[in-house]
Formats: sequence, structure tokens, C-alpha cells
Amino acid sequence: MSATAAAPQGQIGRVWTRFRRHRLALAGGFVVALLLASALFAPAFAPQDPTLLDTALRFRPPFADWAHPLGTDELGRDTLSRLLYGGRVSLTVGLVAMVTTVMTGALIGITAGFLGGVVDNLLMRFVDTMLCFPQVFLLLVVAAFVPPTLLSISLVIGLTSWMEVSRIVRAEILHLKEQDFVAAARALGASRARIMFRELLPNAAAPILVAATLKVASAVLMESYISYLGYGVQPPLASWGNMLTNAQGYFDTVPWLAILPGAAITLTVMGFNFMGDGLRDALDPRLRMDP
Amino acid sequence: MSAAASLPDETGAAAAEAPLLSVRDLTLHIPVPPHVLRAVDGVSFDLRRGETLGLVGESGSGKTLTALMLMRLLEPPLAALPRGEVRLDGADLMTLDEKRMSALRGRTISMVFQEPMTSLNPVMTVGRQIAEPLVRHLGLSSREAAARAEEMLRLVHIPDPARVARAYPHLLSGGMRQRAMIAIALACRPAVLVADEPTTALDVTVQAQILELLAELQREMGSAILLITHDLAVIAETAHRVAVMYAGRIVEEAPVAALFAAPRHPYTRGLLASIPKIERVPAPTLPEIPGMVPGAGDRPRGCAFMPRCARAVSGCAAEPPPLAETDRGHRVACWNPAHG
Repeated sequence: MSATAAAPQGQIGRVWTRFRRHRLALAGGFVVALLLASALFAPAFAPQDPTLLDTALRFRPPFADWAHPLGTDELGRDTLSRLLYGGRVSLTVGLVAMVTTVMTGALIGITAGFLGGVVDNLLMRFVDTMLCFPQVFLLLVVAAFVPPTLLSISLVIGLTSWMEVSRIVRAEILHLKEQDFVAAARALGASRARIMFRELLPNAAAPILVAATLKVASAVLMESYISYLGYGVQPPLASWGNMLTNAQGYFDTVPWLAILPGAAITLTVMGFNFMGDGLRDALDPRLRMDP
Repeated sequence: MSAAASLPDETGAAAAEAPLLSVRDLTLHIPVPPHVLRAVDGVSFDLRRGETLGLVGESGSGKTLTALMLMRLLEPPLAALPRGEVRLDGADLMTLDEKRMSALRGRTISMVFQEPMTSLNPVMTVGRQIAEPLVRHLGLSSREAAARAEEMLRLVHIPDPARVARAYPHLLSGGMRQRAMIAIALACRPAVLVADEPTTALDVTVQAQILELLAELQREMGSAILLITHDLAVIAETAHRVAVMYAGRIVEEAPVAALFAAPRHPYTRGLLASIPKIERVPAPTLPEIPGMVPGAGDRPRGCAFMPRCARAVSGCAAEPPPLAETDRGHRVACWNPAHG
């Protein structure tokens, strides 16, 4: 039984067995799969165009008629359609931001951890500096200068939340680079870059994977924050965050307009978080003793 | 090769050939204020094609550091400290730039490490790990390299090589992993193989198999092997010549048979005497060498072994004895060597 770093490849079967035993994680994974599917096939499920106005049918309550299963908003737009298309936006932002976060964080973490010394010090102090600012503040400052598009919002969220990932990766690399197989790779003539990206990085895959899952959840949340504050996805494009913004004026009279996107955000964040927890447990090398 | 010529050749058979690897005055002095650790202190030896030189010594004698210096694998801040000359087929390894050194590592000079359990990358298949240096050094396509990897696994007597090539290291036993390590190290048919305690982590039966395998591959490929070990039994079984290290210096060097038959240095004699022998009437206590190896910081000015030596004479404390030839091919660094 290997006591070394987590090895996702070749042990996928074992990891899956353990993940499956984690009920909440399985439920989370199911919810995430459902949300992804609904976002992907939004045009097929949506009863109508999410931007179609119908001022004759404003504030329809949910479950009242089949044309608008979840009712309509203050402009008569179909809530279910907006939720589905909004999910596309939110999940896209979440996934693109996660990829940005993981790539930036992994690159900085592995560089700092592997090269050490001055480079490590400079990069880690930069990380400390970035962590000093509240992320929402950073986001709003950048959003004031960059026109909000789907891509720019995703990148901005990604580029302001990679710091934890870089710390995780750095710690992992510091531990891994002392292992014998790294010396063995050098003795076989492997270059530094090769050792960093072929030998070390795949060995750090487990914590990176877990961090990635959790980052999707926090990026979805971030998108909601800044859309809610009006700096994010711009109307008429629907996102869960700007649906919340629109709903706040009518919260006392038509609460479902806020409750529905709120519930969608909650479900997404919980789904990804539970999935991340399950992955963390399933990939933890210290727990590898059970059958 | 002028440095090599100044040393007499050890065995008649190899006398005509210039050494493949020639190490002169290899030194690693590590400043640790207020001391200087003389971790390796003027080590010189030659290694010929197809020959196995055993480098034997206890923990801390500097044998592993010597190996790491040969491979230029010391990490900063130690990387800048080695002094001396290492000539491999004419090239001076100590002055090569890192890029050209990388091109030699794994191709011309290769290394097997002590710990088979941790020396393989846990998330890469065994076949892939053998194939990588082939692609890197010999420019094989990945398909050719995969085929050669399987061939190498067959060569190190791993059953069902096609299956093992696709397996991850955690599925293999210690002995199998060390076989795989040897396959990786020898994939490019290097001229020199440095084996640092290759059998120490294995149990005795597997140990014998691995040593047999190394000898067999050596006959087949003609590689020279620098076998580093603390185990004289391993040396007796595998090496052609032995160099005994003590406190960073080579204290005695001789063909295996001569060293075991007539050790000259008091330290070598002590080492040999402390091996339990089956044929002898069991001694009430196993002879041991009194005292401890001096720390690298507080070595005596003269011979480092003097404080523990029964044969010490008055001159021993003054300066360290040079490694001088006593018989043909037998060199000893001692002011008062034993005879016969």
C-alpha cells in the first residue's frame, strides 16, 4: 500500500467507491449534474424566450398556469426560463473562473514551491498582499474599469481568488519535491520544467481537484454578489444575481421572485461544496487503509 | 587522461584500457561556522568498462555524497561546493553546464536509488517511466519507446511485462519496483551505472536476485557499475574491486579477493572481523570496532581513524596518510598498515 501522495489515476475505482459511500457528496454530485444538464439544455426546457416581455402578465404566481410554471416577474418575463438561462450564465462564470483560478494558483504555487528562495518569498508576499484586500472590493474596483461581459467577469473573479489555491499547491510541492522519485527523475536527465509539470503537478492533482470544486461554488456566489450590486451581468441577460437585484423592490409583495434564484444559488453552492467535501475524503491518502 | 596514467593499473586484464570514469581528488567541504565539515575529502578512483567497483563504508562516510557529486545532483546551496575532477569518457563532469549534464544523465551515466518504494512516480505507469528517458535521450517515438520499455521489463525478468508496463507502481512489490528502477536506469544503455545501496531496502532473497540481475545486465551491456553499499557481503558477491571509505576518505582499495584475503587497513580488518561467520565456533562476543565515527566537524588533524585504532603510532596524529600502493593494485592509506 502506497503511503505517498494521493494518486488519482489508477485508483479511480477506489476513490469512486469511497466517494459513493459519502451520501451528501453523492447527493451534491447529483444536484450538480442536474444543474449542469438544465443549463446545457436550457433552450429545450425553457417554456419561452427569457427576455420576452409581456406586460399584461406581470407578477404571475408560481404553479398558477402551464404557460408560466414558476410565474412571471415585474416585466412579465417567464421566471423558469430566466432561471434556466441564468443558470447558464452563473455556471459558465463559475467554471471559467474556476479554471482561471486553478491555472493561476497552480502555476504560482508550483513556481514558488519548486524554485524556493527569493522567488518563493516574492510570490508568497504577493499572495499575502492580495489576501489583504476583501475580494468584493477588488472585484468592484476592477469592474469599474473593465466593461462587464461574461468573459471579463469570469476572468476578474478568477484572478482575484487564486491565492488559496497557490498556497495549497505550494505546500504540496514543498512536500513532494523532497521525494525520491524527483531525485530519480533528475538522475535520468529530466529538465526542471519537466519535473515541475510532469512529475510534481500530477501528484498534486488531488488537492487541486478538491479546491477546484469548492472554487466553482464560491465563484457562483461571487457572480451573484457583483451582479446583485449591479456591476456584473447586465440586463436583459439573466443571471441569478441580477434576478435577485430586480426582485428586491418587490420582496414584501412577491417574495418568490427572490426566493427562486436564491434557492438556485443555494443549491449550486451546496452541491459543489458537498461534492468537494466528498472528494477530499475520498482522495485523502491517510484514509487509504480501508478496503 | 594524464591524471589517470599517473595511477598504476590494478588488474592485468584491464591494464591496457584507459578508465571510463576517473575521479580525482573529489572534495566536499561544507562550511558550518565555526567548523568546516569535510564530508568528502579527496576521493580518487577509476572505473573501467564492464567493471564493478564497490564503494563501501558506514553511514556518514561520504559514499552517497560522492555518488551525488558524480551525478552533479547536489541541491543548492551544496551544489556550488564540490571540488576536484570527474572525467567520464574524456568530458569533465564538474565543469559541464547544466544542460549538457542533463543530456548525459540517464544516457551515459545513470543511477539506481536505495528506496524502490518511493523512487518511482506514483501517478505514472511503469512503462511510461521507462519510456521517458528513451524519448528524451534517444529521440524514439512514443510507440517505439513503449515497445522498448516492455523489452526492458522482460530483460529485468519481470513476468508479464505488457501488463506491468501499464501498471502503476503501487501495484508492484519492493523487489519488482527495484527491477523496474533498474530497467529505467539502464533503458538507454548507459556506460556507467551508479547504484546507491540498491538492495538495502529489500529482503535477503530478493537482494541476491537483484545483485544477480545487475551482474547479468552488466555482462550483456558492458556497463561499468559503481556499487555503493555498507554491506561487505554484497561487495563480495558482486564487485571486482573495492574501495573502503572512512570519514570522507578512501582508506583502502584493492581487488575483492585481495581485500578479503589480506586486508591492510586496521579499519577494513575491523569491518571484516565484525561479520558473523557461520563456520567458526561462535565467539562469545562479536568483535567490534571501539568508539564512533568522528563527526565531520571534529575530525582529528591526522588520520581520522586514529582515535579508534589499535595500531596507532605516534606519527598518526600529525597528518592524514596518503593512499599508497603496497602490492600490485592494493592501495592503503595508513601509517602503520598490517601485513598479510
